[in-house]
Parts: sequence; structure tokens; C-alpha cells
Amino acid sequence: MPAYQQRAEIVRTEKLTGDIFRFTVKAPDIAADSRPGQFVMVRTGEGMDPLLRRPFSIHQVAEGGVVQILFKVIGKGTQALANLQAGYCLDILGPLGRGFAYNTQHRHYLVGGGIGIAPLLFLARQMLKKNEPSAIKVLLGARTGEELSALVVDFASIGLDVESATEDGSLGKQGLVTDLMTPVKNGNPAMVYACGPYPMLRAVVGASREKNWACQVSLETIMACGLGSCLGCAVLRADMNGYVHACKDGPVFDADDVAWL
Amino acid sequence: MAVEQPDMKISIGSLLLKNPVMTASGTFGYGEEYASLVNLHRLGAIIVKGISLLPRQGNPPPRIAETACGMLNSIGLENVGLERFLSEKLPFLQGINTPLIVNILGDRLEDYQQLAARLNEEEKVAALEVNISCPNVKQGGVAFGTDPDMAYAVTKGVRRHFRRPVIVKLSPNVTDIKEIAAAVEEAGADAVSLINTVLGMAIDIGSCRPKLANIFGGLSGPAIKPIALRMVWQAADSVSIPIIGIGGITTPEDAIEFMLAGASAVQVGTTNFINPKASEEIIGGIGTYLAENSMASIRDLIGRARRA
Repeated sequence: MPAYQQRAEIVRTEKLTGDIFRFTVKAPDIAADSRPGQFVMVRTGEGMDPLLRRPFSIHQVAEGGVVQILFKVIGKGTQALANLQAGYCLDILGPLGRGFAYNTQHRHYLVGGGIGIAPLLFLARQMLKKNEPSAIKVLLGARTGEELSALVVDFASIGLDVESATEDGSLGKQGLVTDLMTPVKNGNPAMVYACGPYPMLRAVVGASREKNWACQVSLETIMACGLGSCLGCAVLRADMNGYVHACKDGPVFDADDVAWL
Repeated sequence: MAVEQPDMKISIGSLLLKNPVMTASGTFGYGEEYASLVNLHRLGAIIVKGISLLPRQGNPPPRIAETACGMLNSIGLENVGLERFLSEKLPFLQGINTPLIVNILGDRLEDYQQLAARLNEEEKVAALEVNISCPNVKQGGVAFGTDPDMAYAVTKGVRRHFRRPVIVKLSPNVTDIKEIAAAVEEAGADAVSLINTVLGMAIDIGSCRPKLANIFGGLSGPAIKPIALRMVWQAADSVSIPIIGIGGITTPEDAIEFMLAGASAVQVGTTNFINPKASEEIIGGIGTYLAENSMASIRDLIGRARRA
């Protein structure tokens, strides 16, 4: 699959909360080739500090050749990005990596935690082209309702059933997103598509295994190139014998292919 | 008067390059990774990820940490090994009209010699770059690169088994770069390339732990350019074989500085991660500089800053 390095104009910036932003950029080539679960590498400015691009999963692709990323300010790279204004042309590289595999055979559970919810909206939209809304269930978790509310609206607005859990109880059930999986009856085969922080993913994988559900996870790692060149984004294989790489073999993996430590 | 088409060709031993800009080992995969982003045919040479006799898993993660204007890595020479390189990676590179340089590494002298002998049979392999300078593995690697006698022995062994040019990649983590450079020249190297990464570390003050699982790693990127430039200058004092400058080269101006210091060619490394088009931009930018300064040949640049 080809990747493109483009200067993509930021056409819209949204501040969803104090530190969560959504940028819409015009990148027609990337938009045309993107699949849910793939990512882009973005330069956060013109200078040499921060030096490296930052990886972001593709949040949505929309008509007019636009791509959205959703990000939280966690360091100097994301802070520099948050300071950019509409009209600035981002240096963006993508689409990269292996996305989610999905079909119409399963019930689908989209399970997202915090900023890891980002790729699931793109996935949900694509799934709806071939699946009834009733086949797709969205389970979202975050620390607070503030972080979650705008995203809940996004999923609900495309006709999906959304359940939420927040650590402070300010939206939905008080607790973790895995608490939303527990009451679901075992039985019919289902596929879980999960993205979020590592401890959450490990818990989601455990809950999926108990139900005998297949599970795909989107993993976040530190990475420099996104192209399979630097080999920085090593992820331990399930057999503990060597590594796969999040940028090329992932970022979406079958949960059974990687080690859960 | 401006020169319209400056001569960009340069020789490294018997190897004639169409221009002096190569991609550094470990920053450009096996070439194919960049095929949709870079015109591979335009590069001076492609140097692939270091190859060992057997595949290597590399170090545990985290393997990378960003630092001010640079990055630390402790990849640990993860690579597919000689056989898979020949069967899976070389066929793609056969189709690229750019000289291929294979970086080789080993734990023992014999490893280097076996690699050299096998790669000598592959006509597409235009030259070898001998890695005696990786800071991230316990055996071999930098151990060969910090002792002039060991560096001499490795170079001599490779020289004996490989008929085309042999380049030896030097570590900056030494007391006297001149001594090592002179030793590998005496052993028959056709060129030296420098610098490999500078040993460093970073600590996460949140977890109070080193950021790299390996604790130490190699620093690369613009942060190390002044160190690299100084060492290229010193190496040029000590050897008469061509020097290939490496270390934080990001722009045409950086590459020109290295050539003015005495380098005959340059390698673009960490920048490939950030701007895959950097090598092509540097080739174009050097040409423009030569034309604007009425220099007919790239050779007019080499060591020019050294002349009284």
C-alpha cells in the first residue's frame, strides 16, 4: 500500500475539553486510501524540537478529502500541535499500518478508552455500510464525563447504541469500560475491537477470552518513522520469542498474537 | 558566472556514485519501505539495515526516546539475517538503479568474514559498510570499534573476502578517532564513514526509571551534528582515503558543511524518519549551491574549509 507525504491544510480545529482536540485537515490522497485502524504520522511544527513526527490513528474520513485526528495534550509534541491554527499546512504522512479486519458474520463490540476511542468512530461508520446498527454495540470509558460526552454524541448520531462508563461516575455507569462487558450474555460469537491504554486493553482481552469472543486491539507505542524502518515500535510476540512492530504488523493486532504482561 | 550543470559524481574507491548523498544504515530499512515516498533511483547509494549471519531479535522496548533536537535508540541490531536478506530483500533492490551498500555486523571476526565472502558473490552489492560501532549490543559491535587493533583485524578480514569497496563505520565513543581511522586505512579500507550514534541516556522523572529498557542508547539527529563535524575534520587529518560524513544531516547546508570539513560524501540518517524526502532535497540543494557559487564539480567542496 502506498503512503503519501502531504502538506495538509488544517480546515477546522475543535477543542472538545481542556486538553482534547479534534483537527480536520484536507488530505485527499490519504483520505481516499485510509481504512479504519490505520494511522498518520504528523509533524507538529517546522522546527527540530520536538524532532519526531507523532502517530495518530485516523479518527474519521469525510467527503471533500478530509481526515480527522483526535488527540490529547500529553507532552510537548501534542502541545505544539494544539497551538496550531486553521489555515496552517500540516506535514502529514499516511495512511500507515494495518487496520481492523471486519465482516458481517459477527456481532461487533467497539470498546474504547479515553483518547483510544479515536479510531472507533471511523470503524463504526465503515461498518454501518455493511451491517445493521443493531449488530454494533459501542462501549466507551474515560476518567470523566467531560472527556466522553462529545464522542458519545458522535456515535449516537450515526444511529448506534452507546454505553458509557466513567471513573468519576459523571456519565453513564461508574467504573471501567470492562464493567460494561461483564453483564453481556455469553453465547453467540462476537468480535471485539478495542483501543485504549494498555491496562484497559489487557482487561478487555481477558474479558473477551472469558466469553470466547475474538478480539482485535489497536496498540499505541513510541515510534519514530511509522514505516517499518526504525524498528523502534517493537511489541513482544505472544510466544515471547521476538517482536512484531506496531507500525507495519499493527497497530491493530489479533489479541492472541501479542504478549499480555 | 553560474555553472549550469555541476558535476555531482564522486568516487568511493572503485565505486562511482552519481551524487554524494546516501541513506544511512538503520534509517532506511531495506529501501522498499520508502519506495512510495522517495525516488530511490535518484539517491547516491542506499545503505541497508545492518545484516548479521543469523537473524537478531533486538532489544526489549522501549527502544526509542526523543531528546532535544535528537533521539536515543537501542534497537539492538534487530535484522532478518543474511539468508532472508538475500531471498526476501535483495530482489527488490536488484531493480533499483542505485548502488547498494550492505552494512554488516557480527560478534566474532569470522562472522564478518563469512558475511563478506557470501555478499561478494552478489554483484548488486556494490560495497560493504562494516559496522564496528553499534553501542547497543554487548558483544561485538562497538568492542571492535574502540580498539585500533581489533578494528584493524576486522577490516583486514573483510578486505580479504570482498573484492569491491569496503567502508568501515566508526564510533564517536572513542578517545582518539584519528588512531582508529588510521588503523582501518592501514588494514585496507577504501573509506571510513562517521559518526555512528553517541552513547547517551534519558530518565523518566515520573516513573524514576531510564526511558530505554536497555538504559543506554545511541543519540542521533541534529543534536549531534557539531560533534560529527569535528570528528570528520579530525579523521581528515589522519587518513587519505575518502571520508563519508554522518551525523544530524537534515538540510543541504548541513551536507555542504561536512564536505567542506573533508567528507567526500554524506549519509542522511535520522532525518529519513521525519522527512523521507530529505535526501532528494539535499541532492537538489547541493547542486544549487555549486551552481550559485560557480563550482563546476562537487569535488571542489571537499576539504575546502581546511585550506589556509
